[in-house]
Amino acid sequence: MNTLKTFRIGGVHPAENKFSENAAIETLALPKQVIVPLGQNLGVASKVQVKKGDEVKVGQLIATGEAFISANLHSPVSGKILKIDEAVDASGYRRPAVFIEVVDDIWDESIDRTPQIIHEIKLSKQEIIQRIKSCGLVGLGGATFPTHVKLMVPEGKKAEFLIINGVECEPYLTSDHRMMLEKPEEIIIGIKILMKALEVDKAIIGIENNKQDAISKLSEICKKHNGVSVQPLKVKYPQGGEKQLIKATVNREVPSGKLPIEVGCVVQNVGTAFAVYEAVQKNKPLFERIVTVTGKNILKPSNFLVRIGTSVTDLLEKAGWQPETAGKVINGGPMMGKSLSSIEAPIVKGTSGILVLNSNESYREKINPCIRCGKCITVCPMGLEPYLLARVSETGMFDIAEGSHILDCIECGSCQFTCPSARPLLDHIRLGKGKVAHIIRTRKN
Amino acid sequence: MNKLTLSGSPHVHSEMSVKSVMWGVVIALAPAFLVSLWYFGISALFITAVAIISCVLIEFLIQKYLLKEEPSISDGSAVVTGLLLAFNVPSSLPWWEMVIGSLVAIGIAKMSFGGLGKNIFNPALVGRVFLLISFPVDMTSWPVPAQNFFSLDAITGPTALGVLSEGIDAGKTVSELATILPDYSNMFIGQIGGSLGEVSAIALLIGGFYMLIRKIITWHIPVSYIGTVVIFTGIMWLIDPARYIDPVFHILAGGLLLGAIYMATDMVSSPMTYKGMIIYGVGCGVMTVLIRVWGAYPEGVSFAILIMNAVTPLINKGFKPVLFGNK
Repeated sequence: MNTLKTFRIGGVHPAENKFSENAAIETLALPKQVIVPLGQNLGVASKVQVKKGDEVKVGQLIATGEAFISANLHSPVSGKILKIDEAVDASGYRRPAVFIEVVDDIWDESIDRTPQIIHEIKLSKQEIIQRIKSCGLVGLGGATFPTHVKLMVPEGKKAEFLIINGVECEPYLTSDHRMMLEKPEEIIIGIKILMKALEVDKAIIGIENNKQDAISKLSEICKKHNGVSVQPLKVKYPQGGEKQLIKATVNREVPSGKLPIEVGCVVQNVGTAFAVYEAVQKNKPLFERIVTVTGKNILKPSNFLVRIGTSVTDLLEKAGWQPETAGKVINGGPMMGKSLSSIEAPIVKGTSGILVLNSNESYREKINPCIRCGKCITVCPMGLEPYLLARVSETGMFDIAEGSHILDCIECGSCQFTCPSARPLLDHIRLGKGKVAHIIRTRKN
Repeated sequence: MNKLTLSGSPHVHSEMSVKSVMWGVVIALAPAFLVSLWYFGISALFITAVAIISCVLIEFLIQKYLLKEEPSISDGSAVVTGLLLAFNVPSSLPWWEMVIGSLVAIGIAKMSFGGLGKNIFNPALVGRVFLLISFPVDMTSWPVPAQNFFSLDAITGPTALGVLSEGIDAGKTVSELATILPDYSNMFIGQIGGSLGEVSAIALLIGGFYMLIRKIITWHIPVSYIGTVVIFTGIMWLIDPARYIDPVFHILAGGLLLGAIYMATDMVSSPMTYKGMIIYGVGCGVMTVLIRVWGAYPEGVSFAILIMNAVTPLINKGFKPVLFGNK
């Protein structure tokens, strides 16, 4: 047996629980109202361009990304702007959002709604980047970094590899998996478009070995396309982390504090590749996405095609959740997702899944003293010492935290997942990271 | 609907807990205990029970009345200490000496440092060494196996390492001593004199593999420790086989397997990175051989591990994990 590729240090293997992997993507009925938060991307929030009472169509621009790292925002529905007000979003904070009352489903005329797949890439490199920017694309793996920014390779750097993230290493989540099974042609065309934009001739799709069907389906299509290949990977969390995926696929290590382009790589999610296809070939902005709804007590674990701004409640009800047994509702997967304070929160561009944990799964175990077993060090994919970072963060020794590379932490949670003493390592490290980043900023000014 | 719980990620946790680790060690020690019961009879059960009960009770009393905190005896760590302490003494040890040993192990070596996770030295070994120094005769009178099962008064004899050490000191060669040393098959199954739990190599190895599979220990410390002893004693044996006995004897005799698999691997007092663990294991091996061959005591495992326990914080500082992106 040949051993599968994976990243070198650390990693864990939580129970996969991919209940919804066989559930075909289902289009969710239109809601009566959507709430579209203005800050859906990493970086600066979009600037609103509509006002109360305006009529909008599906795909019409409603807010623009004006800063360097920002993204456009489009109306996911047709109807009337009710108000621009604050709403509780997935982070639990009240943030500005556009409330739209849904009337009919009238799409902007410029969007090509025909079903046929368009293979020929007509746009030039610059036009592609411009189109991706105007369509408001962000990384759909969860980090929501504006896609067009990633495609603008800095002066003096050269991209050699486009790496496509089809790993989906988070337990429970299956949205990328379904996407690869149901939209493989489109994904590959999206990849070809990205390759053209980046001027690279090699693209590698990394997929974990628990998705055999996706591996064989994409490999089959790749045969027709030069330079695109599928790399099956060993199942190990957090392989979907950018740095881990680069290590696993092309065996290069992104230096501490640097971006993937430093080692000639650009990483994009499979969902983003699909969105690129739709934006460039069909002129369709990003206003809907695939969301997995899952959990042990969900009657029908599902993958929904959902308009941005739909309330989480709508998805939960459609999938048959049982509110009386639910203890925690998570935006994302169990390892890195955020627990929601309100199920009224809207689906945003970065929502890859909604996971419901039962009340008996929602409590943390009693915290015991650190027994210095070193398991947190063993599983840390960044080669850090989580026990030490947590302790110095807890006790306010931020100079040691900084010197121990706390900012390299990718917050994957492997340490806390593993800790036999159930210590809240990542809670402390997260606080320490924030503090250290602040100290560094102050020092610079 | 219930109120929703809010917390930071991760929202799931592995099966492993302090409890599962400690009780896993207890299960791993079961085969060796059964062998002891077979060879040393009811006295092995008695002294083990005294050790476990004293350790647990002392921890409970200290936590409840001295530290006034919630007792955490159910985590099983005091049971492991008691069990290991019993494994490190002759089954003929008077019960009250065992109570004193437990008091030192739990009271001094563990609780006075702050309890679970804070101790520098392996508590069971501190208890053992305290007993060895305080009651040298009782601690080195080894019951001979396979007497009457229900007898609490066993006939005592020397251990294999003791016979070797005395013989060499008296100027005899290894081959002259061969007739009075136990043969290796007896040493492998455990039909020799020695501490309660250290005699059976096979039983200790079975427990060791169990802990490896359960991921309670990793191979690094036992392999580097035993490997170092084999290489070190092997070189000396090749140089002068008349004066130095072969490495197989060193593995099977005394407490090397018990120490390398169960005591040196104690999570609290051993290093945290793989590299550190290997350095530590090599250190334990070198110390053990130095004491066994040139030291005043015939056995050096306890002292070797305690010395390396003291070095552990330095090893943790000196052997950090390799940072991602550094090459």
